[in-house]
Amino acid sequence: MSVAAGSASELTRARVRSAWIFLTPMMIVLALVAGWPLIRTIYFAFTDANLSALDDTRFIGFANFLEYYEGEWYGLLVDPDWWNAVWNTIWFTVVSVALETVLGMIVALTLNTAFKGRGYLRAAILIPWAIPTIVSAKMWGWMLHDQFGILNEILIGIGIISAPIAWTASPDTAMWAVIMVDVWKTTPFMALLILAGLQILPTDCYEAAKVDGIHPVKVFFKVTLPLIRPALVVALIFRGLDALRIFDLIYVLTSNSRETMTMSVYARQQLVDFQEVGYGSAASTMLFMIIAVLVVLTLTVGKVRLGEEVK
Amino acid sequence: MKFQALFGASAMTLAAALMASPASAASVSISCGAVGQELELCREAADAWAQKTGNEVVIVSTPNSTTERLALYQQLLAAGAGDIDVFQIDVIWPGILGSHFIDLAPYSGGVEKEHFPSIIENNTVDGQLVAMPWFTDAGVLYYRADLLEKYGESVPQTWDEMTEIAKRVQDSERGEGNTGMWGFVFQGKAYEGLTCDALEWIDAYGGGTIVNGEGDVTVNNENALAALKLAGSWVGNIAPEGVLNYAEEEARGVFQSGNAVFMRNWPYAWALGNSEDSPVKGKIGVAALPKGGSDGKHTGTLGGWQLAVSKYSANPEVAADLVMYLTSYDEQKRRAVKGAYNPTIAALYEDKQVLEANPFFGELYDTFVNAVARPSRVTGTAYNQVSNEFWNETHAVLSGTKSPEDALSDLESSLKRMSRRGW
Amino acid sequence: MSVQRLVGKVAFWALLIAIAIFAVFPFYYAILSSFRSGSELFTASILPDHFDFRNYVSVFTEQPFGRNILNSVVVAFTVVAISLFLGLTAAYALGRVQFTGRGLLLLTILSVSMFPQVAVLSGMFELIRTLGIYNSLPGLILANLILTLPFTVWVLTTFMRELPKELEEAAYVDGASPWTVVSKIFMPLMWPAMVTTGLLAFIAAWNEFLFALTFTLSAQQRTVPVAIALLSGASQFELPWGNIMAASVIVTVPVVILVLIFQRRIVSGLTAGAVKG
Repeated sequence: MSVAAGSASELTRARVRSAWIFLTPMMIVLALVAGWPLIRTIYFAFTDANLSALDDTRFIGFANFLEYYEGEWYGLLVDPDWWNAVWNTIWFTVVSVALETVLGMIVALTLNTAFKGRGYLRAAILIPWAIPTIVSAKMWGWMLHDQFGILNEILIGIGIISAPIAWTASPDTAMWAVIMVDVWKTTPFMALLILAGLQILPTDCYEAAKVDGIHPVKVFFKVTLPLIRPALVVALIFRGLDALRIFDLIYVLTSNSRETMTMSVYARQQLVDFQEVGYGSAASTMLFMIIAVLVVLTLTVGKVRLGEEVK
Repeated sequence: MKFQALFGASAMTLAAALMASPASAASVSISCGAVGQELELCREAADAWAQKTGNEVVIVSTPNSTTERLALYQQLLAAGAGDIDVFQIDVIWPGILGSHFIDLAPYSGGVEKEHFPSIIENNTVDGQLVAMPWFTDAGVLYYRADLLEKYGESVPQTWDEMTEIAKRVQDSERGEGNTGMWGFVFQGKAYEGLTCDALEWIDAYGGGTIVNGEGDVTVNNENALAALKLAGSWVGNIAPEGVLNYAEEEARGVFQSGNAVFMRNWPYAWALGNSEDSPVKGKIGVAALPKGGSDGKHTGTLGGWQLAVSKYSANPEVAADLVMYLTSYDEQKRRAVKGAYNPTIAALYEDKQVLEANPFFGELYDTFVNAVARPSRVTGTAYNQVSNEFWNETHAVLSGTKSPEDALSDLESSLKRMSRRGW
Repeated sequence: MSVQRLVGKVAFWALLIAIAIFAVFPFYYAILSSFRSGSELFTASILPDHFDFRNYVSVFTEQPFGRNILNSVVVAFTVVAISLFLGLTAAYALGRVQFTGRGLLLLTILSVSMFPQVAVLSGMFELIRTLGIYNSLPGLILANLILTLPFTVWVLTTFMRELPKELEEAAYVDGASPWTVVSKIFMPLMWPAMVTTGLLAFIAAWNEFLFALTFTLSAQQRTVPVAIALLSGASQFELPWGNIMAASVIVTVPVVILVLIFQRRIVSGLTAGAVKG
């Protein structure tokens, strides 16, 4: 008995040891590509580093974030362009994720009913998701072109608008154009996640509801929605965190325009276009902190099962 | 840094060994143009030079957008990489990139004296000639000569006149069923091109150059306000709303397909507008940009490109020789005749063949010589930020989200903040 | 009642058609545009009328687009291979062995997958410069690992957990080493999961833009998304929309085909990555 227990714990110890050996290469690579760069970025945030002379940098404390100089406040926290980027990002995230959820829900509910050609439709909605973001930005940029774009052509053709709209240029529509493309590209992702949640629902509640003659809309709100809520919440969080980081779509569709500048675009502009590695790093660090806080909040409030026991 | 130098050096040795060519032959890479005619002209000339000298030229294509191109150059040069030997740089970049280029004076044999002195001065950083002028540029006004004649209008002398004529011709043309007609197209996208356009409007009214030679922020003044007020009235009135996202090519696209009366653009559009398949071939004219009111002045923003040799080049002498070849009298003449690229050598403006190909070169000589420079020398490495603030505020005025008054005072305060410790 | 049902049915099919058009039309229009050139491009029409392969030819002749595709393929495949190898071993440790610090490690990995790319941009730029792999494919491969590795580990761990516990015990009793257990027992069982994860990682690496834009300089080293983004510009006679659309179609078709073939697997991978998180 004691011999068996001893060898079992011996075995466990050996397994734990080998687990660490297996983990080491992955951890080294992650430390190299994620840990180290992040530390450097945070370090740069407190220096006056410039792209043209990265080796010659001075530590300047919090001056990139906030600095009092000759009676006025300077720095990221009082930079109206930064706050503009923050609000743009929040606006984009809230609107696009909300639209994606609602549309994704509709698509998922549709795909969850049995009809002929369901497989084809599911394949079709995967196409936007598979197209590289840059390509979809270019494709939509072309469709939204003010002079030659098909969208204006169609809308004028059916009489909704009377003159071509400069979708990506006009300040009223630029952000909506970006949201539209993002919704197009990401709704499939949402739909598939929701669909996966729908498909594991027990069918007996529905049959009972059908027998009782309850209206389908009521069934949806009283039965379906509560049941898929966990899956929905996780999908929402993932999408939301993703949307907060958006860069490539906006960069290609509307470049550095102020109306659509998000935090990532702002930070990249400072880092590369203006060579202000220090200031740009400060902006990147802020973005990182915002996302980190949100992740921690989600994990604690949502009680995501991380430490789940090994089966 | 050392590691890189070592790496670079060994790569170079390796490349040289692999090449196994005569000792004198070297391979030089040059970045010039992106696509189309610009690239074609550069390739022809580079090949001719390679034939003549027995060296090899590799043409590296770079992004077409100048902002992108500058970002690329900055990264490349900051990394000390020798991937590109000869850089084609914008007239506003010597101040930003100058420290990475070699002094060309020892290779020029004094030929720089034949070029426009203002550009040579622009290209001289800390007493070193960091770049040779290749072609110059200034904004000009293109007009549809046929339409002006049809409605009995003359070429506008002031921006107010331009606005009125554009409106009248546009409305009349639309009345005749030409519904796609617009009065004026220009570069209204939020990028460097808008800085050029807006500087022209302001300078035409005598409103200065945003930041003056001493580094003081001067942009918030009555004249600049008058200029922006007029410009703010254009979009949706005589210019399509899409102009807010137009760069040079988009504007040319509209003008060349016959859908605009006036266009502000660089001289390159002349040769293209008169090419075989152009719908407006033979119907266009070029004039100096209008004045800002009767006591304003004709002006144009100084543009144009220079050639510079990287400090990190493995063959700086050979690269410098290529630069001198490409900027020579003969080559500039060829480019002027074939591509309407403005020479930087004064004598070429009296050359018969050049004038035959580009009749407006002679009339606009003054515009080209006296073009107004963007404040890139005084603001140095901060120029990009200055320009970014300027085009963003102008863009806000054009799109109607900000009043000209607010835009100018916001611009003034942000530029003053930026320069709080000097440029 | 039957009228109501008929209306319902018509509405349902209208919805299906709307969804299908919404999903497919932009890509369809891109294909259409890629076959038009010159002034044909500027007559917006939603029916196929021209089949002109000029754009496809000029995409390859005006820039090193073939080279760009090759770069993308090399980068994506290498990144997938490295991620899968590191991910599988790590997933075994995280999914099958109970040890202290496991929860924290999983949390760290999850957080890394939430990193905004721009937050590591300057640090990564410096790292790549120091290693002397700037403007080269190894630089891109290294940078892309931050996108694919955490995600791969996460999804593979989820799959690994689902496998029955008895599997490796017999092997251990027989004295097999952990490596043998992973390679001989888990690898064959994990193939489906690895295909799924590998595909998702492949798509992520194939689509990556910011790193490729920042860490490459010359046209020779660019990957496809950057090449397409920078393709815009002054071609002599026309706006290069035809070329851009042709390039877009070329790079998208393989991915779309892959996705369509493996659609069931992809759905299971996505749900493993997100829902079970």
